[in-house]
Amino acid sequence: VDNGMKNNIVDITTDPIQQGDLLNDFSNGKPDIGAVCAFVGLVRDFNDNHNIKNLTLEHYPGMCEKKLHDIADNAFKKFDIFKTAIYHRVGTMGPNDTIVLVLVAARHRKASFHACEYIMDYLKTDAPFWKVEQDINGQEKWIEARTSDNIARAEWKE
Amino acid sequence: MTDITIKIVYFAWLRTMLQKSQENYTLPKNIKNIDDLIDFLCEKDEKYAKIFANKQVIRVAVNHEYCDRTQIIKDSDEVAFFPPVTGG
Repeated sequence: VDNGMKNNIVDITTDPIQQGDLLNDFSNGKPDIGAVCAFVGLVRDFNDNHNIKNLTLEHYPGMCEKKLHDIADNAFKKFDIFKTAIYHRVGTMGPNDTIVLVLVAARHRKASFHACEYIMDYLKTDAPFWKVEQDINGQEKWIEARTSDNIARAEWKE
Repeated sequence: MTDITIKIVYFAWLRTMLQKSQENYTLPKNIKNIDDLIDFLCEKDEKYAKIFANKQVIRVAVNHEYCDRTQIIKDSDEVAFFPPVTGG
């Protein structure tokens, strides 16, 4: 776990993300926190393609941590928040596994909601992670980026 | 002028198509920026030409920061090429 500057936790891990425990620890013993917003991103069932076996997440070590800290730093500048945490899984996982957990603590709920969405929108377009699906025959298919993610991020620019 | 030696790293389908995740180069003197580097690689081997055929899609980072193709390359830079990101 990299606790970096300020109150940003950034953790990229091959281990399963225990969101319940992490959420409890996040605000434990900090009575100034009035709101915590949590976003949990999961591996969806592989839709129409039953031949898909696994999903693997690749990342760019070093740049990934840096970008996630940059995104959290910008959230601190933009919103009235106390603390953020970004946990992201890498490696191979299956349906219903947690890919990402973003936690934001604030005095009031609005700031925590907004900052959490802001962090996810920027993570989607800027953090160097890539998804690849493996099918039962050992074939790999790289997931393509979605235009809607760029639009969501662009909406934050005044 | 001393030689410019850089590390290049590749991710996702660029890595699998090239069958390598990184390589080091000492650059010819005429390679000044990222655009020059891409041209240099494409002339070297058609594997690179394939990857950069749709080069507007490929993202570039130097020393862990996104940059555009006019960025000047310096000694010891780490240059990364990768497709649009799909995390989260």
